[in-house]
Amino acid sequence: MFNLDGKIVIAILLMTAVTYLPRSLPLLFLSGRKLPAGLQIWLSYIPAAVLAALLGPSLFIAEGKLTLHLPANIYFWASLPSFAVALLSRSMFLTVLAGIASAALLRLFLA
Amino acid sequence: MLKNKTLDKSSSISLRQPDLKGEIKNGLLRSIPIMFGYFPIGFAFGVLAVNAGLGILESVLMSLLVYAGSSQLIAVSLLAGQAGLLAVTLTTFLVNLRHSLMSAALAPHLGNFNIRQLAFFSYELTDETFAVHSLDFKKEENPPPPRVFTINILAHFAWVGYTLLGAWTGSVLTNLEAWGLDYALPAMFIALLILQLENTKRIYVALFSLIFSTLFSLGLGGHWYVIISTVLAASLGLALEKANR
Repeated sequence: MFNLDGKIVIAILLMTAVTYLPRSLPLLFLSGRKLPAGLQIWLSYIPAAVLAALLGPSLFIAEGKLTLHLPANIYFWASLPSFAVALLSRSMFLTVLAGIASAALLRLFLA
Repeated sequence: MLKNKTLDKSSSISLRQPDLKGEIKNGLLRSIPIMFGYFPIGFAFGVLAVNAGLGILESVLMSLLVYAGSSQLIAVSLLAGQAGLLAVTLTTFLVNLRHSLMSAALAPHLGNFNIRQLAFFSYELTDETFAVHSLDFKKEENPPPPRVFTINILAHFAWVGYTLLGAWTGSVLTNLEAWGLDYALPAMFIALLILQLENTKRIYVALFSLIFSTLFSLGLGGHWYVIISTVLAASLGLALEKANR
């Protein structure tokens, strides 16, 4: 319970480093200077690209197959109310609550 | 320039004494929405981390050091799936690369912070603290450090606390999937993605990435689909902008 595994500790330290660099470098060194325009544009698409890349397989693939069928793929159907709440409220808190509640309700009724 | 700076400093020092308490209180009030926002994600992270095989100490250590919710949730699921350190590190890097844009956006407002304050400030730059600070900084130049750090430290403290609570709960109770807690991560991505879709090019990029990553992951499996599809989709965005000119 309170053990520390070598691989996990190394993963945590590496994650800390690669998380801190993008957070700090622009603030520490870029104030006043600008990145090349092309790189700036490319970087501006990273958030949307990475979030969609993370979502894709979790929404469309269930039990190793491309399927939207219930009860296998609860993740896709729980995403619809989540998207709606996100669009309307623009709040992470409400979206997360809506997502958790939708997933829990779907499981409750399909079980 | 230099004269101005010393002048500013001395005037802020003379003002600081009476203001310190007020600024800390101000920071406390402003941190409340962040503390609400963190709760479901931090708690879910703690639960899912111990379910994925991390210990309580490891989960808390990750929240204390990494302090980036979405990447922490991905990392524990990757680690549970026996992913290698390189895939975990690169995925974390890409997921958190968005913070460089926030860091760059706040830089012009923090001219009154010294290098150590900037280094500490950026350690606690999250989606939520960015949202609160960028609203505040729009209203005033040179935000007072005591208020800014009160917000950041309380938010970080709450994140670690929720992780501990979730990890403890997860190690006592089982079958928390039925409660839908595993959906905290996709829901968080959905909220962050919607906030990113501010023009049609971003929508095309997101749709491409959504479809490409799904097909890539289906066809080839593994953990590299995030990295490859992100790089391709962002390049598509750059190409769309170049073509538009």
